[in-house]
Order: sequence, then C-alpha cells, then structure tokens
Amino acid sequence: MVIASRRTLLKGAGALALAGAIGAPARVRAEGKVLKIGQLGVMSGPEASWGLVNKFSCLATAEMWNAKGGVEIDGELYRVEIVSVDDRNDPKLTVSGAERLTGEEGIHYFVGPNMDTTATSVRPIAEKNKAIYIPYAFARTVYTPPAENAILGMIASYQVAPVMYKILKEERGVGKVAFLARNDSDGLLQRDEASKVAKNLGLEIISSDTYEPSITDFFPVVANAVSASPDLIIMSSVAPAHCPQLMRAAREMGYTGLFAAESAQDIKIIKEVAGEYGDGLVSIGGASTPEIRSAYMEDFIEKYNAVAGEWNDEAGTKAYALEMLLGTLQKTGAAGISDIEIFKKAIPDFSMKNPFLKEEAALTYVGMADFGQKRQIGVPMVITETKGGEFTTLAIGKVES
Amino acid sequence: MEQILVNGAILAANYALIALGITLIFSIMNVLNFAHGQMFMLGGLLVYWLVVQIGLPYAAALIGATIIVGVIGMAFEVFFFRQVMRNSTREENTMLLAVGTALLLENAALSLFGEKQRGVPPIVSGVYKLGDAFLPANRAFVFGVSVVLIVAVLLFVNYSRTGRAMRALAQDRTATLLMGVNTARVSTLGFGLGAALAAVAGGLLITVSGVNAGVGTAISTKAFIMIMIGGAGVVSGALLGAVALGFIEAFGYAYLPGSLTYLMIFVALIIFLLIRPQGIMGKPWG
Repeated sequence: MVIASRRTLLKGAGALALAGAIGAPARVRAEGKVLKIGQLGVMSGPEASWGLVNKFSCLATAEMWNAKGGVEIDGELYRVEIVSVDDRNDPKLTVSGAERLTGEEGIHYFVGPNMDTTATSVRPIAEKNKAIYIPYAFARTVYTPPAENAILGMIASYQVAPVMYKILKEERGVGKVAFLARNDSDGLLQRDEASKVAKNLGLEIISSDTYEPSITDFFPVVANAVSASPDLIIMSSVAPAHCPQLMRAAREMGYTGLFAAESAQDIKIIKEVAGEYGDGLVSIGGASTPEIRSAYMEDFIEKYNAVAGEWNDEAGTKAYALEMLLGTLQKTGAAGISDIEIFKKAIPDFSMKNPFLKEEAALTYVGMADFGQKRQIGVPMVITETKGGEFTTLAIGKVES
Repeated sequence: MEQILVNGAILAANYALIALGITLIFSIMNVLNFAHGQMFMLGGLLVYWLVVQIGLPYAAALIGATIIVGVIGMAFEVFFFRQVMRNSTREENTMLLAVGTALLLENAALSLFGEKQRGVPPIVSGVYKLGDAFLPANRAFVFGVSVVLIVAVLLFVNYSRTGRAMRALAQDRTATLLMGVNTARVSTLGFGLGAALAAVAGGLLITVSGVNAGVGTAISTKAFIMIMIGGAGVVSGALLGAVALGFIEAFGYAYLPGSLTYLMIFVALIIFLLIRPQGIMGKPWG
C-alpha cells in the first residue's frame, strides 16, 4: 500500500512536470505575437557554409531583436522566429522546402536559396503561395519582370566586377587575366559576365579553365593558368573552402600576381589553409572590416559568435537580409506580414539608416539598372584585399539604384 | 610534362591510401563502405582539432586521429555491420547501412567542427624545382609518408599472421573459419585498419588542401572509381586504380578543358566496365 501510494505520487509528479513542460511554451506563445521568417538553403555538403552563414545571420539578428522584446510593428511587439530548411543544394529539396515554409508553416518571407538552380526552382512556389524570398544567386531572370517575388540579397558578380577590375587595372597595372571557374551554372554565369567586363575594360584574357565542384586537389588545375603568367587570376563563384586551396596551389607553382573573387570569403579559412600564401586576394566583403563597422555590427558579430561558435566574414554580406525584411515590415504595418503586395508597394520608397556602418548611410532597395525594378538590397559594395592575414578595405562603392 | 608527371605521382600516392582502406573493407567484409570518404574527413578534422585546439604536435595528432577513427571503424563493424549481416541475407542492406553511417558521420562532423574548411600549417615549407616542375616540400613530405605507409600495409597484409588471416578471409570465409581463425576478430581488425587508412590520408592531406565536413562524398566517389578500375577487393588493384586515376587526372587537367576531365573519366569507366567488369586485377568469379 505504501509502495502503491509512492508510485501514485511519483506518477502524479511526473505528469505535473510533463504538463508544465508542455504547457509553458504554450503560455509564452500566447503572451506575444510571433513573426515567422523562413531560411532555405544549402546547409550540408561542400557548399554548407553558404546556407549556414545565412541561417546563423538570421538567428543572430532575430536574437538581437528578441532581446529588445521583439520587432515593433503597428505598436505591437513580434518575437522573431526563424524556421530553417536544408535543401542540400538539390532543386528538388528546395522546392519541397519552399512548399513546407510557405505552405505548412504559412510563412510569407524567407531568406535563400543560395544557388542559381535552387533560386530559379522556387519561383513557382513563391508565386503560388505569395511569398517574398531573398536569394543569394545572381541569375538576372530571377529578379527581372515578370518575376517580382525575389530580392537579391547581396552584390552580384557582374556589378562588382567593373569596379574591381577598373581599380586593379588603374592602380595595380593588371593587364592579363586568367579565369578559373567552378563548373556549375553559377560559376559559368559569373565567368561569362566577368569576361565581358574584362574585355570592355581592355584586359587580355589569356586562359579560361574550369574545375568540378567536387574537386579535392587544385594543384593540377591551376598549372595551366599559372604557366600563362597572368597578372590576375579571377576565381568565378569560388567557394570559401576552395579559394585558399586554389591560392596556395598557384603560389606554390611560383605565381606572384593577384587573385580576385566576386563572392565573399572568410579570413580564418584563408589563414588556416593558404597560410603564408594568403595575401593578394581582392574580394567582396560586407560591413565586417573594423574600420567601417558600427557598434550595432559589433553586437551582431557577438551574437553571431554565440549562435555559430565562431565568426565568419561571409556574414558581413548576409547580415542585411533579415534587417531589411523587418525594417520594411515595420513600414508596411501588420497587414504586410500576410500580404506581400503591400510589401512590394513599399519597396520603391523604402529607406532606413544602415545600422551596420559607422558612417551615416541609407539602406534602400536598388536594382533598376540591372533588373528594371528594385529587387536588390542596396548592400554597400565593400571591396577588400587580404594583407598580413587580415581583410583590409580597398574601396567602398554602391550599386546604381 | 615534368609538372604533369609530378602532379600525377602526388595524386596517385594520396589516392592509394584511400583506395587501400576501402578495398580492405570490401575484400574482408564484402561491404561497400560508402562512409569511407567521411572517415577520411573525420581523420582530417580530428588532426585539426588536436593540433589547433588542443595544441598537440602534428605527429601525435596524426597518430591520435588514426587510432580514434580506427576504433570508430571497429565499433561500426561490431555494433552495426555484423548485426545487419547476421540478420539479413540481402547485400543491399549493408550498403544502406553504410550510407546511413556516412550521413551520421557527416552531420556529426558538421555539428562538432562547423561548416568551414579546416587546415593546419604545412609540416615543411618551401618548394623544390624538378626540371621545369614545381614540387612543394609539404607535398613531397606527404608523398613520402604515403609511400612508407603503403609499403607498411602491404608488408602487414602479406607477411603478418593477422594480415594472412585477412587475405584468407577475403578468399574464402568458410575455409578460414574451418582453419580455426577467429573471423569475427579479423573482420573487426580489417574494418578498423581500413578506417584508419582513410583517417591517415585525411590527416596528411589537411596539411595540403584542408578538409571540410562535406568533402566525404567526393572522396568516396574517387575511391569507388579507383577500385572499379583496379578490381574491387584486390590490394594490388587498388594501388593500380590509384595510380591510373592520379595520372589520368593530371593529364586530363593539362590537356582537356577542366569540365571535360571527369566527364571523360566516367565515360571511359563505363566503357571499361562493359569490357572488363571485374577491373584490371579482379577475377571474373569475384
């Protein structure tokens, strides 16, 4: 009898604890409104860093807003909740992921995907389920009418290339260039666009090679480019994992010129993998270089470190997406959360202070010149160069509105 | 031409370590280990962790990582593969299990080591010039260590008591059992040795090109190409496959557009398998 009573007591206590555990989040949910934002991208496999940086950036931004009680829209505070889906860089999984986010989860705004193929594949889903998405892919068709649901989250390679190559031609005497492109749609598109820019600037293209995305050793691949003695090796759509390998292999073969990448890279990987050969890379950066970043950016970096375990310089270009979505939704009011047509109408005149830069600068939507409509976040064009194991700011520009 | 030959030789030595491990496991267990590339990746990332985070000397880290992955391989054999092989007669079940362990290792590595490419500084610095060819000193070091390890494995497999038992098991499991060999123990050791070889290859190459959590599938694919060329389950075939792939890659990248090299390799492989499905050194009966 005593045993039975104790068992009953234990069962009752367990049931109470379970009920408490299950009930507590429900109470929290009931107390405040929730704004769900999706994040869809490649988060496993060789390209994992591209999507994971998006995810960690969204989580860090959400945490910053939630620490303040949430984002205020029409006088009410919304707790920001990120729902992430890994598409493994497979368009089939991107489509099912987009269906899940915009269908089952009822989300109208999501960040990603990361590649041309995956960004193109989600367009019908986004249009059917009335969602706005922010890809990190450069295919113009995704942002050009009649498409109008995608907003490019960063600077495209064909936007940075003219500025970057002009600087390198005029200030560093670059005359001969070699292309090394990743053999996928993103790499080939970036190479073709950059080749046109190089030709227009009067640069001589002395070699153009490609490599498979699954490559494990760059030594045989760079041999042709290095033997042609270029002043600059342009690495089209180079992944952060591949960039320092390619640099090191070229330097070990006696190459002394510069490297260029029109995608964001990470200095820690460059230092670890390229080591002493890590200098001379000109690439696109975000707001993370110490000389230009604001206190808000410092806070973002701290939160990012807490979420991801370590900082990644790619996040300097990916910090903007969620800030812009939230800023625009604050302007549209609560109606914009479920009605993207209101959001679209707010895009042309939207402007907010760039919170990540020390100096006063406006953050707007741009893209008229390239896409015929404002479907790009006006991220500042920060061109960096690696020197002494650090990114240094080479030039700061902006995309034409 | 000198540079192409140097590139081919370096690639072949690196690939040989990978191919040896996968062929050992296949010959002893008749298991296509789809997680072999992930074991390579784990070996590299463990070396990174032991050197960069813990501060161990490189040699100690390489030995430590090799032992850890070897033990993981043995645990996989004892707790996963042996159980599945005992309970199922269908070969594809072990393949599915191998795919599952590959995903398990990849996701565990992603959680433990993050998404970034990881690298440790070269063990030796400098670049040698061989005629017109450049040979980085660290690649020469990795090449030398790889050759020594390959010779050591061949000596072990051919002349040690356990090695002979492994070969016997590969030829005829029932006969080996009847000769009083503890086949369960030999299988476990063989799986551990195969995993350890993958780990040591990863641990060596992290000083050359770095390793990330997603590199496993590419490595496994290359390992399968090598054993298909040389003959699955044949040690000499694995080495031949590695040499063939290393030099085909080196010549392909030099004389063909980059995108065509692997396309040609796969086309040639299909034609080759149509003519000689057992590989160059394999026997038609298995």
